[in-house]
Amino acid sequence: MATLQTQEMELNMGPHHPSTHGVIRFILKTDGEIIAECKPDVGYLHRSIEKIGELCTYNGFMPYTDRIDYVAAMSANFVWALAVEKLGGYEVTRRAELLRVITNELGRISSHLVAVGTMAMDIGAVTPFPYALRERERVNDLLEEICGARLTFNYHRIGGVGWDMTPGWDKKVLAFCDSFEKILEEFDRLITGNHIFIERLAKVCVVSAEDAVDWCFTGPNLRASGVDWDLRRDEPYSIYKDVKFAVPLGTGVVGVVGDSYNRFVVRVQEMGEAAKIARQCVQMLPETDGQNPVPKPKTLKPAKGECYVRTEAPRGEMGIYVVSDGSDKAWRVKARTGSFCAMGAVEALSPGLMLADLVALIASFDVVAPEIDR
Amino acid sequence: MRQFLDGLLKQWGVTNDLVTVLIYGAGMLLFATIVLLLWVAPLAGFTSYFERRIAARMQSRVGPNRVGPQGILQWIADGLKCLLKEDLIPREADAKLFKVAPYLVFFGMLGTFVVLPFSEWLVIADLDIGVFFLMAVTAFVAVGIIIAGWSSNNKWALLGGMRSAAQIVSYEIPSGLALLAVVMTAGTLSTQGIIRDQGWAPWQWNVFRTPFLFTAFFVYFISALAEINRAPFDLPEAESELVAGYNTEYSGMRFALFFLAEWADCYVISAVATMAFLGGWQIPPIVPEAARPLVQVLAFVAKSFFLIFVVIWIRWTLPRIRVDQMMELCWKYLVPIGFVNLLGTAAWVAFVPPNQALANATSIALCVLAAAVVLYFMARVRYNLRATSAEVSLNPFV
Repeated sequence: MATLQTQEMELNMGPHHPSTHGVIRFILKTDGEIIAECKPDVGYLHRSIEKIGELCTYNGFMPYTDRIDYVAAMSANFVWALAVEKLGGYEVTRRAELLRVITNELGRISSHLVAVGTMAMDIGAVTPFPYALRERERVNDLLEEICGARLTFNYHRIGGVGWDMTPGWDKKVLAFCDSFEKILEEFDRLITGNHIFIERLAKVCVVSAEDAVDWCFTGPNLRASGVDWDLRRDEPYSIYKDVKFAVPLGTGVVGVVGDSYNRFVVRVQEMGEAAKIARQCVQMLPETDGQNPVPKPKTLKPAKGECYVRTEAPRGEMGIYVVSDGSDKAWRVKARTGSFCAMGAVEALSPGLMLADLVALIASFDVVAPEIDR
Repeated sequence: MRQFLDGLLKQWGVTNDLVTVLIYGAGMLLFATIVLLLWVAPLAGFTSYFERRIAARMQSRVGPNRVGPQGILQWIADGLKCLLKEDLIPREADAKLFKVAPYLVFFGMLGTFVVLPFSEWLVIADLDIGVFFLMAVTAFVAVGIIIAGWSSNNKWALLGGMRSAAQIVSYEIPSGLALLAVVMTAGTLSTQGIIRDQGWAPWQWNVFRTPFLFTAFFVYFISALAEINRAPFDLPEAESELVAGYNTEYSGMRFALFFLAEWADCYVISAVATMAFLGGWQIPPIVPEAARPLVQVLAFVAKSFFLIFVVIWIRWTLPRIRVDQMMELCWKYLVPIGFVNLLGTAAWVAFVPPNQALANATSIALCVLAAAVVLYFMARVRYNLRATSAEVSLNPFV
């Protein structure tokens, strides 16, 4: 019998696509439904943020850090403030540190809500996404009250935060944390335990612990593969050494350690932990009454030198490497983001997957285009 | 309908055969247009509004509420908008096939209305091969979707079309097997015959008659969901993977035809399930003679819309299953269960005498079991609602 002539199909999962998280392009070669090769083509959202850092003063660069990852803008603010403070030796009051951590954790909840919501939506369950967004609206309300913005906050400053909290804000944060834990249970009942959802995600795209470390995964992706590493606990910065929280690890429940389902469950559990951290910090706030969290506005000129500071952002490790030449503008700013490294693993992990699994893979890595391209 | 036209023409004294044929043709065309414009299109449109509203309420949103009271005229606005859009055919697409595809899908849906009975006398044609006709006509949808996928000159559309072909053709089998069990019990393929074989009380419905028919109901429902490409089986139009699958390149009224066909198909499978399993238009005999036709129609439509609600409910709750998992479900689970049902029903029909102790006891036992499950379900819903009822308002500006 003559052999059947088949051709590999070359598909373009273009920059406009409902399920690539942002403008990312994938060039796929598929044999029907099975992918033979998947090349990511990034750069559609490159905005030269790092170059802009050389043209802005240190204080003036803070709004730009929001745009490095606009889904989790507080974390980017946080790491820029920490980097310049370390470079210049600037002091921060304890009240400012507490407010920073509370807003950072609320931002983490907000970012993970988007991550798990879009992941569920990519798998086909549309309902968890509005549920997640509804909770995110509550977080946005809290953050809007304290800094005026709902997406790109520009709240942290070099040496503190932009504004002190309004009276009663801490009670609202506590009320939110209490109601949020119940909502998490509802979310679990809706989607985390759903059999079809588990079938789609368990044992799909398993990343072993060694591979995760080799590919420079950080954050929930790394922890879902079983590697117990969280910068907030292992290299504590700000006041994280004063709060107690658990670090969720991937345990291979209903699947294999390091599969997409683990990456989903780790994010859901991290949201609960973030609420706990926020609650503890709010309870520590009254003892800092009277301290001023807002730094005096002045032009910063850190001494010549360089420093690298890394923090635990919702998508992994966000690090800022800043080099100063003594003037009021940085000489070089480099942002290391978690999504960029996760994107690098997609090409190696994709052969043999079905198209639907590729969507699940990208969603489970929680990559966002602004972080990849900056 | 034919008798009506016959009577009318004899009244006019028409004897010439050719003229008779022509007038028959015109009459049928007129009836078809009436059915289409006054029943199918508003039904599909209303189902679209129904779905958007229910989906929104399930997602903590409001849904369409501007056009007309409570947004009830939204579907008219959508239809008009689609009519006014530019008719775009991609440059390299096969124009003839591109145009034909929506009509095929629409016909696959429309043809089934011929045998769906709404009451004892309200059916367009009570064909002796009713159920067989249904299954044959709905197969046109598969042809239409493959043609749509191919002619769009778009690889994503092609993938959607291929997936859909595999899905529809595979799931014809379990749905046919389930309906065959019903046909075997009723002894006739005619839809009116199947309904007359049931009674008005829930324990007289086909679904509770034997454990095999009970399973057959679920097998039919799942297979029918796959037939009409509804979630959890909506891979061919999987939004997050294929943009819109086989109807990516369609816009305006052609797109509207696809979606009209989909929503009307929701109604068709609900109506077929009602007819075959839930007693169709049967109502209690205490209803007075004069009101019987209307109440029968209302009963049929109410049962169908309840099933449409279940279809919508399932779509907005469950994620999508993958192509290979869907094939596995069909061939490894539903088809064997369908065959077991068929053999079991054959044995039941052969050996268990109808309307006697064993048959009645089984029906009532199954009915009680189903009622218990429904009550337990409602208790769980109440529990879930109470567990998350904390209303926290944090917005400082509201």
